[in-house]
Amino acid sequence: MTLPSLFPLAPGVLAVLNVDPWIFAFSLFTVAVTIWMGFRSARSSKTASDFFVAGRSVSVGWNASAISGEYLSAASFMGVAGMVMSSGYDALWYPVCYACGYLFLLLFIAGPLRRFGAYTIPDFAEGRFDSPLFRKIAVCFVLFIGFFYTMPQMKGAGTTLAYIFPGMPYWGGVVLVGAVITLNVALGGMKGITLVQAFQYWAKMFAISVPVFVLMSVYGFYGAHVGANDGRPVSPVAVQGVTPGAGVAAAEHAVERKPLTSKAPADTAWVSPFGPLTTKAAKAAGLSESEAKPYSLLYTYSLIIALVCGTAGLPHILVRFYTNPDGVAAKRTTMWVMILIGIFYVFPPVFGVIGRNLLPDLYNATGAKGTDKIVLELPRLLNERGGVWGSILSGITCAGAFAAFMSTFSGLLVSMTGAVAHDVYGRMLKPNATPEQRMRMFKFAAIGIGGVSVLLGAQVEALQINFMVGQAFAIAAASYFPLLFMSVWWRGMTMAGAACGMLGGGLAALGCTTVINLSDLKMVDLAAFWAAHPLLRILCEQPAIWTVPLAIGLMIVVSKATRAQVPGDIRMKMLVLHAPEKLGLKQEYIQEHQAGH
Amino acid sequence: MSPATPPPPEDLVHSESFLRLLMRRQLQLSIACAAAFLFVLLGLPLANYFLPELMATRVAGFTLSWLLLGILFFPAVWVISWIFIRRSIALEEEEVAQVKNPTHR
Repeated sequence: MTLPSLFPLAPGVLAVLNVDPWIFAFSLFTVAVTIWMGFRSARSSKTASDFFVAGRSVSVGWNASAISGEYLSAASFMGVAGMVMSSGYDALWYPVCYACGYLFLLLFIAGPLRRFGAYTIPDFAEGRFDSPLFRKIAVCFVLFIGFFYTMPQMKGAGTTLAYIFPGMPYWGGVVLVGAVITLNVALGGMKGITLVQAFQYWAKMFAISVPVFVLMSVYGFYGAHVGANDGRPVSPVAVQGVTPGAGVAAAEHAVERKPLTSKAPADTAWVSPFGPLTTKAAKAAGLSESEAKPYSLLYTYSLIIALVCGTAGLPHILVRFYTNPDGVAAKRTTMWVMILIGIFYVFPPVFGVIGRNLLPDLYNATGAKGTDKIVLELPRLLNERGGVWGSILSGITCAGAFAAFMSTFSGLLVSMTGAVAHDVYGRMLKPNATPEQRMRMFKFAAIGIGGVSVLLGAQVEALQINFMVGQAFAIAAASYFPLLFMSVWWRGMTMAGAACGMLGGGLAALGCTTVINLSDLKMVDLAAFWAAHPLLRILCEQPAIWTVPLAIGLMIVVSKATRAQVPGDIRMKMLVLHAPEKLGLKQEYIQEHQAGH
Repeated sequence: MSPATPPPPEDLVHSESFLRLLMRRQLQLSIACAAAFLFVLLGLPLANYFLPELMATRVAGFTLSWLLLGILFFPAVWVISWIFIRRSIALEEEEVAQVKNPTHR
C-alpha cells in the first residue's frame, strides 16, 4: 500500500523501496538503543523507590541531561523550526520562554519542593494541606495535563514515521512508539528512563547541531540568512555574492535565495516583531497596522506568561526534582538544565531561517506536510551538491525527532503512572500495600496508561502539534504554577483556597482553549464574532494574562475567608520547606507526624 | 530515628523569628533575581514597540531584536541563575552556622 501522492517529497527520494536507507538506519539505531538501555536498566531497578524516584540518588549531571532530554519534545525539535519559518521573529518567544521558564522553577520552586521530600506532586499537595481530598484533585490534574501533553507527542510520532516510510498509516507510528516506551517504563520505571532520557538529550543535541553547522558551512551563516530577508525582490537566479554596493552589505547578502511563494509572509513582517503570529486576530478584524500593534503587544505578553509559568508547572518536569539527592542538588540541576536546553534552542530557529530561503515551497502545504517538517527535509538539499551527505544528515535529524517524542512520552508516562500507582492505588485504594505490590501495580498502570495514550494519540491527526502543546502549557500555567508558588511562599494558604484557585484558573484556561479549538476546527462558526471582537479572541487564544492572576486572586480571597483551616503545624511545614537540610528538620517532622497519627 | 546528631537548640530553630528571617532572606534573593530577569523579558517587547527603528538595526545580518532574543538572551539567563545559586547556597551555609553556634542573635 503506497501513497506517494500524499507525500510531496523530492521524486528522487522515493527510490526502489520508498525508504531512504540512511534515514531508516539512523532511526532504527535510536529505537534499538532505547530498547536495549531499557532492558539493561531493568536489571538494576529493584526497589519501589527505584521505580518512583530513581532511588533519590541521581547525580546532577545525569539528572540535568535527563530533564533536558525529557523536556525537548517533538514541539521543540520540529515545531519551533517550523514556526520560525512560518511566523518569523514572533516565534522566537517559544524557544526563549521554554528555556527561561526554568529560571522561575529555580528561583521559587525547585529547592523547597525537593526539601519537602514527597514521591509525587499529589503527595506534596496532601502533605502541605493535610487533606486527602486535595490529593485526589491533584491526581486528576496530573492525568489531565499529562494526557493533553501526550497527544502532540503521539502526533509527532505518527507523522514522522509516515514521513520515513511513505505509505505507513498514521496510527502505525503511534502504536510503535507507544509500545516501545511503555515497555521501557514498565521494565525500569524512573531509574530506567533516567538513563534513556539522558542518552536521548545528547542524541537530540547532536542531531540538531551537526546538520546546522554543515548547512551553514555550505549555504552561509545564520546571520547572513536573516540578513537576506530585507524586502528586496528575489530574482529566480540565485544571488550569489554579486550584489553591487558596499562590501559589508554584499557579504551579508551573499547567500542563495529562492523566490517566496504567495503564501509566505513578506520579508519585513517576517523579520520584525509583531508579525503574522501576533497580529492575526487584529488583522482578521480589519484593523490597520498601527491599530493592530497594541493588540500584538498584549498577545506577546500573554504568550510569555503562559510559556514561562507553564514550564514551571508541568507535572512531568516537576516530578524529576524528587530524584535529586537534596535541595542544593536540585538547584544545581536546574542551572545545568538551563544551560543544556539554552544551547539546544539556539539551533532550531536556524533551520527555520535557512529553510525560508532555500525551501520556500514548504509554505504551500500546512502543518506536518508543510513547514513542520523543515528539520527533516532541509539537510537533504545537500544531496544536490553530490554525495549522500544530505541523506546521512537527514537521517540524523530523523533520529533526533525519534529521540524527542520518545523521551518526552516516557517522562509523561512515568509521572502519570506514578500518580496512578502511588497516589490512587498506594494511598487511596490500598494504603497498606507492600512495596512488591506497589511495584507490580506500577507495571500494570504503565501498560494501561500507555494503551490509553496510544488510543488518544490515534485520534488527533487533524490537530497541530504546537497548538496542542500550547493548550497544555496554558492549563498548567493557570493551575499548577499558582498552586506551587503560593503553597511554598504563603503560609496563610488553605486547602479550600488552593483548590478553588487551581480549579478556577485551570478550568478557565481549558474553557478558552476548547472554544478556540472548536472554532478553528470549524465545528462552531465564530469567525464573524472574532472579527468584531479581536480583543476577546486574543484573551481566549492566549488566556494566561488573566487566568494566572485569576487563580492567584482566588487563592488569596478564599484562603482569607477560610483562615481557620490553615494547618496547625504550618510553621513546622514552612521550616521543612525552607530550612537547609543540614538542620535535619525533615526527620523531626516525619517523627512528629508518625507520633501524631 | 537518628540519634547520631544532637538535637539542635530548640528555641532558635523553631522560633517564629528564625522562620521569618529564613523566608524573608530567600524570598528577597529570589525576587531580586526574578526582577532582573523580568526587566529583560518584559522590556524587550516594549523596546520593540516604542523603538522599532533601533531594534531593526542590522548587526551581522540579524536585526538587533533578533540577535537579543534568539541568541544573547540565553547567556544572560545563565548569569542570573549562576548568581542566584551561589548566593542561595551561601545563605544556607550561613543559616546552618547561625544555628550551630548561636553566639549572637
